[in-house]
Amino acid sequence: MHRGATAMSTLVCGLALTACTLTAENGDDDAEGGETPSATPGSTVVLVTHESFALPDRLVRRFERESGLDLEVRSAGDAGSLTNRLVLTAQNPIGDVVFGVDNTFASRALDEGVFAEHAAELPPGGEELTLAGAEDLLAPIDQGSVCVNIDTTWFAAQDLAPPQTLEDLTDPAYEDLMVAPGAPTSSPGMAFLLSTIAEYGDDWPDYWTRLMDNGLKLTSGWTDAYSVDFTAGGGGGKRPIVVSYDTSPAFTVDEESGTSSTAALLDTCFRQVEYAGVLANSDNPAGAAQVVDFLLSEPVQEALPTSMYVFPVDADAELPEEWVRFAQQPQDPYEVDPAEIAEHRADWLTEWTDITTR
Amino acid sequence: MTRGSGRVRGARLLTLAGLAAGPLLVVGVFFLLPVSGMIAQGFVADGRFDPGGVLQVLGRPRVHRVVWFTLWSATLGTTLTVMLGIPVAYVLHRLAFPGRTVLRAALIVPFVLPTVVVGVAFRQLLGEGGPLGRLGLDGSPVAIIAALVFFNLAVVVRTVGVAWENLDPRPGEAAAALGAAPWQVFATVTLPALRGAIVSAATVVFLFCSTAFGVVLILGGLRYATVETEIYLLTNDLLDLRAAAALSLLQLLVVTLLLALAHRARSRRSAPTQRRTPHPRRPGAGDLPALGATAVALALVVLPIATLVGRSLRVDGEWGLAHYRALGGTGTDRALVVPVTEALANSLRTAVDATWMALTLGLLVAFVVTRRSHGPVERRVRAGLDALFMLPLGVSAVTLGFGFLITLDRPPLDLRDSPLLVPIAQALVALPLVVRTIVPVLAGIDDRQRQAAASLGASPFRTVLTVDLAVLWRPLLAATGFAFAVSLGEFGATSFLSRAEHPTLPVVIFRLLGHPGGANFGMALAASVVLAATTALVMLAVERLRVPGVGGF
Repeated sequence: MHRGATAMSTLVCGLALTACTLTAENGDDDAEGGETPSATPGSTVVLVTHESFALPDRLVRRFERESGLDLEVRSAGDAGSLTNRLVLTAQNPIGDVVFGVDNTFASRALDEGVFAEHAAELPPGGEELTLAGAEDLLAPIDQGSVCVNIDTTWFAAQDLAPPQTLEDLTDPAYEDLMVAPGAPTSSPGMAFLLSTIAEYGDDWPDYWTRLMDNGLKLTSGWTDAYSVDFTAGGGGGKRPIVVSYDTSPAFTVDEESGTSSTAALLDTCFRQVEYAGVLANSDNPAGAAQVVDFLLSEPVQEALPTSMYVFPVDADAELPEEWVRFAQQPQDPYEVDPAEIAEHRADWLTEWTDITTR
Repeated sequence: MTRGSGRVRGARLLTLAGLAAGPLLVVGVFFLLPVSGMIAQGFVADGRFDPGGVLQVLGRPRVHRVVWFTLWSATLGTTLTVMLGIPVAYVLHRLAFPGRTVLRAALIVPFVLPTVVVGVAFRQLLGEGGPLGRLGLDGSPVAIIAALVFFNLAVVVRTVGVAWENLDPRPGEAAAALGAAPWQVFATVTLPALRGAIVSAATVVFLFCSTAFGVVLILGGLRYATVETEIYLLTNDLLDLRAAAALSLLQLLVVTLLLALAHRARSRRSAPTQRRTPHPRRPGAGDLPALGATAVALALVVLPIATLVGRSLRVDGEWGLAHYRALGGTGTDRALVVPVTEALANSLRTAVDATWMALTLGLLVAFVVTRRSHGPVERRVRAGLDALFMLPLGVSAVTLGFGFLITLDRPPLDLRDSPLLVPIAQALVALPLVVRTIVPVLAGIDDRQRQAAASLGASPFRTVLTVDLAVLWRPLLAATGFAFAVSLGEFGATSFLSRAEHPTLPVVIFRLLGHPGGANFGMALAASVVLAATTALVMLAVERLRVPGVGGF
């Protein structure tokens, strides 16, 4: 009887052998991680980033040609996931350089000594966005704000004055009109919570109670808030107020009239800054530093709006025309100290969950 | 005499170990090691071993709430899926009517659709502005459970359907001839014979339901948390590894308990698989209830998919194919690294690899666990192995993903950047489905058939070919289709492991959904429809491969 089994295993092994051809084809691009300690031409540098990272191919190819490096991009979840992966692998990092750690997650990584020093030369405007105490560790690359957005067409049609401030959102006139992604599951959701914490301090739970009483609808992510529940998101939604980005109005421009049907409320914004840094214990620190400088270079800075929907830190970088016309930036966004965010994130989220699921 | 039988027994155990070695190694390296590595992190606080902290987490009221919701929603989801799936399995696998192969292929589509997309489709139907908005189901547990049934129906239909196809019709016919009513035949003859397959399917569905992630978040409106969503939040956002470890342990415990129960429920000997398989017959009046259930199932599957297709065809308020034409590109303003068409090619390539891996491992496992055991110890070892390969379904993808990062990072296991990780992870998810599809049929083969073949002079190879393979043909095809579909649709582990230059289609869809702009959203939906259609086509092709003559004399 066991001989039958042996025969079957032979058969199965044969199957496996034929199938190996498939993996061989797949394994062609199995590039080895950079082994060399300096940025020797031909060495590989691994950029770890979040899943929203994108740059035009030609820029990457030009960087590779000019530096002689082989740039390998590995995406690692969202900003939170990315940061936590770096923290867990600090001793044996998953790459040489990181892009995409933001000001809401940075301090946890800084506490764990994830980054190595690299004093990058910042473009004009960059200095204002550095993280206090981490100027030599993290270089600001881009920024964008999370703001409450409104469907201006809807408010005009209803002949209702739109809200302006966070406090307005609890006004009964706007009952059942707002949708927002949740703080624990969405990065813009978290940013909106931080806006309210910056405005109301320790009284933020009371504000959220009032917000919920006024019929705020919560979704798990930005996508379904915007594309299902928001009136101007194309999904036939019923709610004209949504938590989104300061750049969103540039994506609702009507081609015929040449105007945007939505607007961002600039007094409700929280600014997210994304940083790049060389990873401590990297195999290729010199190559990693070159990647940070590359991300700060003008061609990349000017490609950021169209590639990643964020504003460059370089004040001189040219913006796309629609952005200049429709994507207004807040002058004085809300701020919360990154160290405080790191310290209280878990408590805040627990309390937030208690209030919103009451 | 004693020495002789001892040698035979030793040889048999050696073969058993040899066959099990491959799958054990894979599960050991790619599942047990990463998961235990991650759990171990939670037990260490400030460099000290501190199990007390983990236990403390289990006392939190929130944890109790989360566990309770997970258990009841998964139980209800499983029960409904099984109750709906059995009549559908009957209709699609025992009745003959035009279009049944197309229906079979269509029913597996939900299985591969990305949860985010299904979530959006369900919310379009049930949301305030949707056609079913009046029911007020948006954000309710009803919506979550409906989606769980939607996703998992195919598991029951295929697992039970394949077993049903192989069922000898003669005992049922005999019972009917002796005067049993159709329902009596079903309750006393058919159901007991299908028991193994039903319990198998229910186990898998329960594991899928209890680890459902996106569905719970999107459709529950953040009001409901399951153990899975909680582990995700604790690991991914809060890096509270102690609490995550506590929940992961709890998850493992519950899953192990469930598998033990399932094993007991299954362990009565399956009805012998006969070489004479029945021919599907035309539907009659007595089949009306089953046909009705099938219509309900179809509505449940078709409505959200139709919503999805409908919205993918809306371009700036008008009907058009622009979103589909855009799939050859990289989205407005280059939202993507590679065109959707290339991502589809990546998906298909990965799926081929994942499928052969899952089939190879699955066949080995199935052979090991179905051989007749000599003695209780051996039986227990085989049962343990059987359960071990089910475990990956019941454990959080986040725990596994983070575990890969911290345990597979040094030679000789410096594998975390290997391109093979994606197909291997997908194969681990598909493995239980492969095993559960093959085992009920394999276990039903009467060993005397093999002995007869051997005594008639057949070589071991020929015995396998003429006895085992002849019956295994259909379940193997079903398993192949399953593994392929799992791989095409897998998102959790894949998104964690896939490399930026080689994204699979679900990863690309997720990415498109995250970018602003109606065109990117439309492309994401169009890409989902393409993913669904590709899966359905592959399923149809696999069905075509079925050679009816092989199963019978």
